[in-house]
Amino acid sequence: MTETMPIRLKVNGEAVSALVEPRQHLADFLRLHLQLTGTHVGCEHGVCGACTVRMNGDIVRGCLTLAVQADGAEIETIEGLSESGEIADIQAAFHRRNALQCGFCTPGMLVTTSELLACIDRVPTREEVRSYLSGNYCRCTGYQAIVDAIVEVAVARRSGSDT
Amino acid sequence: MKPGAFGYRRAESAEDAVRLFLEVGEGAQYLAGGQSLMATLNFRVSEAGTLIDLTRIESLKGIEQRGNAIHIGALTTHASVARSSLVRKRLPLIAEAYVHVAHPAIRNRGTIGGSIALGDPASEMPACMLALDAVIHANGPAGKRSIPIDDFYLGLYETALEEGELLTGIEIPLPAEGARHGFEEIARRHGDYAMAGLAVMTTGRRARMAYFAISDRALRSTAAEDAFVSGASPAECAEVATREMYVFGDLNASENMKRHLAGVLMRRVLLSLDGGASA
Ligand SMILES: Cc1cc2nc3c(=O)[nH]c(=O)nc-3n(C[C@H](O)[C@H](O)[C@H](O)COP(=O)(O)OP(=O)(O)OC[C@H]3O[C@@H](n4cnc5c(N)ncnc54)[C@H](O)[C@@H]3O)c2cc1C
Ligand code: FES
Ligand code: FES
Repeated sequence: MTETMPIRLKVNGEAVSALVEPRQHLADFLRLHLQLTGTHVGCEHGVCGACTVRMNGDIVRGCLTLAVQADGAEIETIEGLSESGEIADIQAAFHRRNALQCGFCTPGMLVTTSELLACIDRVPTREEVRSYLSGNYCRCTGYQAIVDAIVEVAVARRSGSDT
Repeated sequence: MKPGAFGYRRAESAEDAVRLFLEVGEGAQYLAGGQSLMATLNFRVSEAGTLIDLTRIESLKGIEQRGNAIHIGALTTHASVARSSLVRKRLPLIAEAYVHVAHPAIRNRGTIGGSIALGDPASEMPACMLALDAVIHANGPAGKRSIPIDDFYLGLYETALEEGELLTGIEIPLPAEGARHGFEEIARRHGDYAMAGLAVMTTGRRARMAYFAISDRALRSTAAEDAFVSGASPAECAEVATREMYVFGDLNASENMKRHLAGVLMRRVLLSLDGGASA
């Protein structure tokens, strides 16, 4: 017999309530209960970053946060960020620059990038981009194209906001 | 991998957490940011009967100056400590060290108290606490107490905290006027655990020099401190540290390599102090 607990939270703006086992992590909850499979599960020990989501505005590891801990929280996943158009420019630049191949790391990369560009008030250096993304692994691209895409968006957002 | 089943309780205050710990008894474990604990539970290298979640204890979050010390609540996240203007201004050693701690998404949830309570030998904060001569505040089944940091780390993942004792906060004396700090870390990749590192605070000729990822725990080199106080050069202090330091090899580097790096770090940090603004 496994104990379950009720939780209520907001996921991509919609109220959700569910019964979950304490041991279920947030990434599995999103994928299995809500069929939001854009959040990927790679290593399940905090190393690869594929499970990155936003919780109350900050990016977190979906695999190192329990679903029960998200009770009362606002969660945003790659699906929500895509639909709202918030990261449309980042997605377009990733596409244009070939910053993805298999795409497994991409949701985590995009969610992390959205925070990087929100918390820095100038164009980050390539070194700063690499450092911010140091917790997100990509086994395909070699990162060069990812950094290209992010710097391109940062420059475009600056010139957009300067005019 | 997925963790085994466990129970879950949420604590509202430090007292409540200790009460829950006693009530649950066998298998109770505190859960702070979960950035170390969840990883080991998922990997089934550790197991828990019931997790007592500390993350909603608002009274254990925050950073403030009280008299001549800065208090940091145990549940304050790495990200909040690193961003704090008080920390950046008055405790630049901590701000500098935080650049090397994990990755943004982990810093958003991991807590300074969790890092200090866990006492991973390769962690930055335990060594910074030693360099800054911090005092650990704890609350447990036997009541509240304060533990000087020099008495806190006892061995590999072994601290002075008793069963069920909660680390509630840390108190860091404000560094004196003219105090200087130095920090160096060698890691394979940005944000990875260190292969070797050193945190140093000096005031005039007084010094506290604490290594991490060199021994089985964060550990001061009192031999190098004494050499520094008696006027030895950075190269001489490095030689003393290399010779005298208690070294413990790990997967990242052998004992010989760590011994070598202890000297390299000491020279680098002390030279950076000499190059900096003088007191
Ligand atoms: C990929 C990755 C890279 C990382 N890199 C680094 C790094 O470079 N440097 C570094 O320092 N850390 C690193 N970490 C670890 C991270 O900093 C953790 O957040 C931290 O070590 C533990 O803090 P926590 O709040 O997450 O504690 P938890 O994981 O919740 O708890 C850890 C342990 O401490 C106990 N505990 C927690 N809080 C208390 C308390 N207040 N009182 C008593 N016991 C308590 C718990 O019971 C548990 O046994 C990394 C983690 C990951 C996943
Ligand atoms: S699945 Fe969470 S970090 Fe890899
Ligand atoms: S595109 Fe395949 S892992 Fe990044």
